[in-house]
Amino acid sequence: MEILVCVRSVPDTSDNEIALNGNGTDIQRDELVYSVNEPDNYAVEEALQIVAKLGGSVTVATVGTDEDEEVLRREMAMGADHGVLLADQAFANSDGRGIAAILKSFVKKGHYDLVLTGVQAEDGAAQVGGMLAAMLDYPFASLVNSIEVFDGSKLKVSREIEGGNKEISEIDLPCVLSIQTGINEPRYVGMRGIRAVASVPVPTYGLAELGVERESVGPAAAKVKRVDYFVPTMGNGAEMLSGSREENAERVLELLAAKGGLK
Amino acid sequence: MVEAVQASMQLAPWLAQGQTVFVAIHILGVACFAYIVAKRLVPMVRAERDFRFDHPFARLGKVLKFWLGQWKHPRYKTAGVMHILIFAGFILLAMRAFAVLIVGVSPGFVMPGLGGGTGHIYEILTDYAATVVFLCMIFAIVRRLVFKPARYEVPAKFGKAHKADAIFLLVLIAVLMLADSLFEATKAAAQVQTDQAIHFAAAFSLPWLLKVILVSASLATLGKLCFAGYLAHEVTFYFLLCYRPFGIQFHVETSLFNVYFSKLNRGTLKPVKWGVSDEQLAQVKSIGVKTFEDFTWKHMLDFYSCADCGRCSDNCPANAAGRPLSPRFLTIKARDYAFQRYPMFGKAGNGTPLIGKLYSADEIWSCTTCGACEEECPLLVEYIDKIVDLRRGMIDDGNVPQSLQKPLKALESRGNPYGKMEKKKGDWARNEEFQQLCHIKTLDKKNGADTLYFVDSITAFDDRMQSIARATAKILDHVGENFGILGAAEKDSGHEVRRFGEETLFMALRDHNIEAIKSSGVKKIVTADPHAYNALKHDYKDLPPVKHISQVIARGVESGAIKFDPLENSDNVYTYHDPCYLGRHNQVYDDPRAVLDAIPGLKRVEMRRSRDRSFCCGGGGLMLFYEPKEEQRIGVMRVQMAAEAGANVIVTACPFCMVNIEDAIKVAGLEGKMTAVDLAELAEQQLAREVTPAGVEEISELQPVGTTGR
Repeated sequence: MEILVCVRSVPDTSDNEIALNGNGTDIQRDELVYSVNEPDNYAVEEALQIVAKLGGSVTVATVGTDEDEEVLRREMAMGADHGVLLADQAFANSDGRGIAAILKSFVKKGHYDLVLTGVQAEDGAAQVGGMLAAMLDYPFASLVNSIEVFDGSKLKVSREIEGGNKEISEIDLPCVLSIQTGINEPRYVGMRGIRAVASVPVPTYGLAELGVERESVGPAAAKVKRVDYFVPTMGNGAEMLSGSREENAERVLELLAAKGGLK
Repeated sequence: MVEAVQASMQLAPWLAQGQTVFVAIHILGVACFAYIVAKRLVPMVRAERDFRFDHPFARLGKVLKFWLGQWKHPRYKTAGVMHILIFAGFILLAMRAFAVLIVGVSPGFVMPGLGGGTGHIYEILTDYAATVVFLCMIFAIVRRLVFKPARYEVPAKFGKAHKADAIFLLVLIAVLMLADSLFEATKAAAQVQTDQAIHFAAAFSLPWLLKVILVSASLATLGKLCFAGYLAHEVTFYFLLCYRPFGIQFHVETSLFNVYFSKLNRGTLKPVKWGVSDEQLAQVKSIGVKTFEDFTWKHMLDFYSCADCGRCSDNCPANAAGRPLSPRFLTIKARDYAFQRYPMFGKAGNGTPLIGKLYSADEIWSCTTCGACEEECPLLVEYIDKIVDLRRGMIDDGNVPQSLQKPLKALESRGNPYGKMEKKKGDWARNEEFQQLCHIKTLDKKNGADTLYFVDSITAFDDRMQSIARATAKILDHVGENFGILGAAEKDSGHEVRRFGEETLFMALRDHNIEAIKSSGVKKIVTADPHAYNALKHDYKDLPPVKHISQVIARGVESGAIKFDPLENSDNVYTYHDPCYLGRHNQVYDDPRAVLDAIPGLKRVEMRRSRDRSFCCGGGGLMLFYEPKEEQRIGVMRVQMAAEAGANVIVTACPFCMVNIEDAIKVAGLEGKMTAVDLAELAEQQLAREVTPAGVEEISELQPVGTTGR
């Protein structure tokens, strides 16, 4: 099975302290470290496990800049066979729809039985997967937490519903799935693995190679425009605890007990 | 010499009739043994390289101390003393055994140097030796059957009990001693009867007893018994020789080599691959131990040498807490696997991955690398290097628990396992209250110092542990040290990164730190973290000398630079918990105790397990992120040991011990009854701060103010 996994580089929430910049146009990006969007790792791991069982290959692609080659290498170190960087000056500041359009052009260039995305980018809005499926006219299932291939042309996928129950759906290939974390345990990739794939070529496709229409990408095409970032003002009833860790823990206990949260 | 000749004259006709049989048994026995040993060597030839041929004198020293001197044995009194007796007996009997074997073929043979008076003394000694070994065997069998020491038990998950095999081997040795004694006794009895010069049979020895019984037997009977004794001795000897390589007694042959080739440098880890430089490592296809042949030949020799005595697991904190690891079975399972994979007849089987089959991943992650097993092993079997090699293999295969992936990733991107921003590494020193007392220099090209205080991640970032950093800094300041920190330029020492098998990441951290330390131009390094201490001292190369803060304080106390105020509350009872990487791995046992004993009014007790038998707190570094499967927390067991000792304050000298012990105090429900304090914190708290000259002036100026009313 030929599988494409769309991945993204995001500021890692566990290794960064996210703060807004002074004028509210963006977050402070000076000292951020970037890594693969976590749900994307699960998607790549799932693709690798399917291919290990059924044969085929895994391709990872990202829409980004030259720096994002690093996340492709990391996924290649995990075991993905090919990495493709979709980069062009014209792609900068595309909205979700623009990114979906770029990915659509890339999918059209190849023959993929299955396209996976992470459930959402940690700095994103969980919209690209669905839009990509619509543009490709492929079926789409979201929040997938298990995949079973049967008949060679169909999948049984599940998602978690209320109460920890699973809902099983059948979906025809080719299709697009957004993968929920917890579907598997992604393998570890260290520096050694990344160095081992350092010399594998990663092609870059731009506007022309992909045949993307200039009008469908970039800020001009964006239908959703970001206008502001701000820190919400403290509402009534909010109480900030500002003691030591022990004091705060004690205060939380007191509050919970007082409000009937502890029985 | 005359008597020996006479004795052999007696022997000649008795043994002559069996000469052909004896020769045949000799040849068969030696051939079988050679074949078995050759087969045992096959995997060792296929194994990874291991460079153990350096420092012959140091190695001979180890042989003298640990093999001939049986150094580790008295740590277990009953078994140890018994083993020393058996070992001494075997050493004494070895030459006699060979002489006896030769006598069967050439009855006139006398071992060179053992004729005459020397021969008699030797015979008396060996008569007693055989007796002592025989009695030890009887005692050992009774012990196995009646007293059943718990450490010999085999938990169901590790297979069948080894008792039957152990007893079988003990019986065989007893038979060997009995046969040997019978042989000696018949000779002596015959000499008495034929009125020859009395052949010595040491009084009250086993041969003596048999001689007394046999003295009136006819010469013909004696001849038959002599023949039988000889044959039984020879057959048992060769049977044992050829049977030992199949089980726990192979150490009789391998121990000498195992001790000679044992590891010389404590605290270090073996390189990923011997003879492959760090730079070349990236080109190596697979690293770590994944299949049996990825072990080094010495590690295989370890497997062969294990005597199944159970001392390692008896001391292993992971085993005690019910984690899936037992060092004893790490070895036994590997040995069983080796025997199965390399059978005596037929071709070697196919290699399978060890993880998932022979070992579970959890088993290998469970080790805290505390070194208790290695400290205890009388045969100097190594465990930490094997565990780390297995982890290197798992890391290489991407088989790493999710709970460890996050901190590893953070170490790669931020240089600390918490993912904190680099610029915050020096935040502990920017505490306002502290800054008024002590200003900490951050070292760079412009700001130099003599001494570097290497803080390391946990002490720099953890709110609780920052207090250790500040105490350390105040002490360094107090003893007049010109010191500074690297701040943002200091990355994690990588000590646990390396011990968790992530060698490439460790090398990156190490190289970064070495560069930062060297460009700071310091001449000395001090740290309060034993893990950092061990890393800087053993894992890093070409650095200025490194000291742990406990050593600095102890030197200060000795020189008088540090004086302590008496304790305010002298009702407390203190106990010192030896951190593994300060104690066992670096032998710093006395300095921290000397510091405590220098504090006036401090009552100190020792725990049941202390110094080189210290019981790990549960493990530091990345172990704090790992979620082991265990029945109880290791730290809780440790805190209970402190309570048993009658202590209510646990002093340690390691931030990771502090995390585990403070948690354990809460889990054990001892909050309010037990506290933990770091040695640096306690020392700083008790520092007798002499009034500085400036301070003296202030006071003397103040006094006139009061008196004159100005």
